[in-house]
Amino acid sequence: MKIVVCVKQVPDTAAKVAVEGGKVTWGDAPLVINPWDEYAVEAALQAAEKGGGTVTAISLGAEEAKEALKHALAMGCAEAVLVNDPALAELDTQGASRVLAAAIRKVGGVDLAVFGKQAIDGDSGVTAAQTARVLGWPAATLLASLSLESGTLKGERAMEEGRQRVEAALPAVASIVKDYGEPRYPSFMGIRKAAKAEIPAWTLADLGIPTPAAAVMWKEIMNPPARQITNEMITGSSPEEIANKLADKIMEEKVL
Amino acid sequence: MANKVWAYIDQFKGAATPASWEAVAVARTLANQIGGGVTAVILGSGVEGLAQTAFHYGADEVLLADDPALADYRVDSYASTLVAAAKVGSPAVILFPTNTRGREVAGLAAMDLESGVIPDVTEIVLEGEQVVATRPVYAGKLLAKVVCSARPQMVTLRVRAFGKPEMDASRSGTVTKIAAVTDGDKVKVTGYSESEGRLSLTDAGVIVSGGRGTSNRADLQPPDDITDEKQKEIWRAQQGFKLIGELAQTLGAALGASRAAVDAGYIPYSHQVGQTGKVVSPDLYIACGISGAIQHQAGMRSSKVIVAINKDAEAPIFKLARYGVVGDLYDILPALTKAMKERLGK
Ligand SMILES: Cc1cc2nc3c(=O)[nH]c(=O)nc-3n(C[C@H](O)[C@H](O)[C@H](O)COP(=O)(O)OP(=O)(O)OC[C@H]3O[C@@H](n4cnc5c(N)ncnc54)[C@H](O)[C@@H]3O)c2cc1C
Ligand SMILES: Nc1ncnc2c1ncn2[C@@H]1O[C@H](COP(=O)(O)O)[C@@H](O)[C@H]1O
Repeated sequence: MKIVVCVKQVPDTAAKVAVEGGKVTWGDAPLVINPWDEYAVEAALQAAEKGGGTVTAISLGAEEAKEALKHALAMGCAEAVLVNDPALAELDTQGASRVLAAAIRKVGGVDLAVFGKQAIDGDSGVTAAQTARVLGWPAATLLASLSLESGTLKGERAMEEGRQRVEAALPAVASIVKDYGEPRYPSFMGIRKAAKAEIPAWTLADLGIPTPAAAVMWKEIMNPPARQITNEMITGSSPEEIANKLADKIMEEKVL
Repeated sequence: MANKVWAYIDQFKGAATPASWEAVAVARTLANQIGGGVTAVILGSGVEGLAQTAFHYGADEVLLADDPALADYRVDSYASTLVAAAKVGSPAVILFPTNTRGREVAGLAAMDLESGVIPDVTEIVLEGEQVVATRPVYAGKLLAKVVCSARPQMVTLRVRAFGKPEMDASRSGTVTKIAAVTDGDKVKVTGYSESEGRLSLTDAGVIVSGGRGTSNRADLQPPDDITDEKQKEIWRAQQGFKLIGELAQTLGAALGASRAAVDAGYIPYSHQVGQTGKVVSPDLYIACGISGAIQHQAGMRSSKVIVAINKDAEAPIFKLARYGVVGDLYDILPALTKAMKERLGK
């Protein structure tokens, strides 16, 4: 069984992200593996462990994205591939999906490609489904559970209203949500292995596809306006007094 | 025809999600500006009744694929049916609500139509027929103005970001039936289980949330048969969440939580608000025993009125709060529930 997991390198969730001179900056905050992708790696590893197979991690990004791949290797992935080409600087999710689909094809013989729910930089949450469409594979997205049995994927999708039980024939694309269960920590051995790993970098020429045109473009990026609020602390000599004052304020806001 | 604005009506088991009507109302505003009509696209089985409501919210026309084969939501057939219709109708814009289904139907359609999707938009303006969409990125730490150069421009609208849609029951329109395209069904649906909270967090107008503070009340004694420290903590948190639940019930609110509360096993993950939980923008958000970490803020900072109840006057949540109470949630909440009941005549 051959499983691929797609991981992205992003600024840490605690980073103070801001726009300076028209560019996105995050000070000296570290770049990390997209937190949602850790769940994807966990699901990929568990599927490989149960079904007897290996996991290859793929990241599309610049040289520094190798760090995300090393994290995936340290968690237990067998191999990692970076897709890096200067022509890919201005990709939209449609383009990223075409490139990731081409990389998954180049890996060859893949039964399952696992994605995170969302990348926390662009916050798009569409790449898994879009890649599935390019590959012509089923898109079993937002899975809270995942099992593979004789060529069939079974899982539970987390929708707003509850869980939808789904089945799809392999090869398939899956994306994983947090209910799946906590991702494992990299092991000491894993970290050592990852530090030494040679990570090949593929270009568009290696993938044999043209540069995808970007339909969606970020015209402008800006710091959000400061939240215009006046803080008002409600005080009183008893919980009842505080509660009554607060209740009056809430009623005045006309939000109920 | 190229100035038509379409709205995709998302429904679950025959009921439209309220955000779908927000999409119709925004489509109406855009269409008025570019001089085109509004088409609502309704897919499902036994969903013809939704057409009337779509007219009331501003649609001129409904494209209806009503077919037993569309009974359960599955992304392939829903997207393919929409794509087939869009190839005929060539809309300039298709608006979707941002939810689990809206995002992926839009995503797939964007691939088939060789265009693009702009997800989770909070503001939209037109420059000619070009949509300029504003969307929060980096968990709301930044805003991006985004355009789509291809057609149709597919945009998913953040739920509740565009205000309450207006309804006019005297409006009507025409229904055109379209065929379901179901041959591409790759994902089979074998069943459903409904989740605990029936009120969806993302649709909720009022949310009361609890954090780690729910388990922090020293004089609260767990029953003797609970000996494990972890279980004692969970038991305490449940007493806290009971108080939160009572306030929520009084206000008709949905129940939210911080990640710390979820990770500690106080409440299921489906309630988590934040960067790796749900992004919500209710009219009223009451945070109880939540410190207000940046990742929590990412999920709730666009709420209209924020109330914070926290023992620690230095908690970052107070910086976001319109009203703050420095106090113990175990003291404040029962009194607040009582005070709200009196005012709401309950
Ligand atoms: C990758 C990543 C993603 C994350 N995603 C999310 C996310 O989506 N959502 C999220 O919420 N967090 C998220 N976090 C976690 C976040 O950083 C915080 O750890 C978390 O929000 C803290 O939850 P809390 O406020 O309930 O707990 P704490 O920070 O422990 O705060 C508890 C608060 O309760 C107060 N308190 C204690 N007792 C009482 C009492 N009796 N009455 C009133 N107040 C009391 C305390 O003063 C304190 O302020 C994420 C973290 C990471 C690293
Ligand atoms: N540049 C990338 N490299 C590898 N995987 C990616 C990349 N961008 C997106 N993904 C995958 O697609 C998922 C959803 O991303 P998005 O649609 O951008 O929010 C992520 O969680 C990753 O699994």
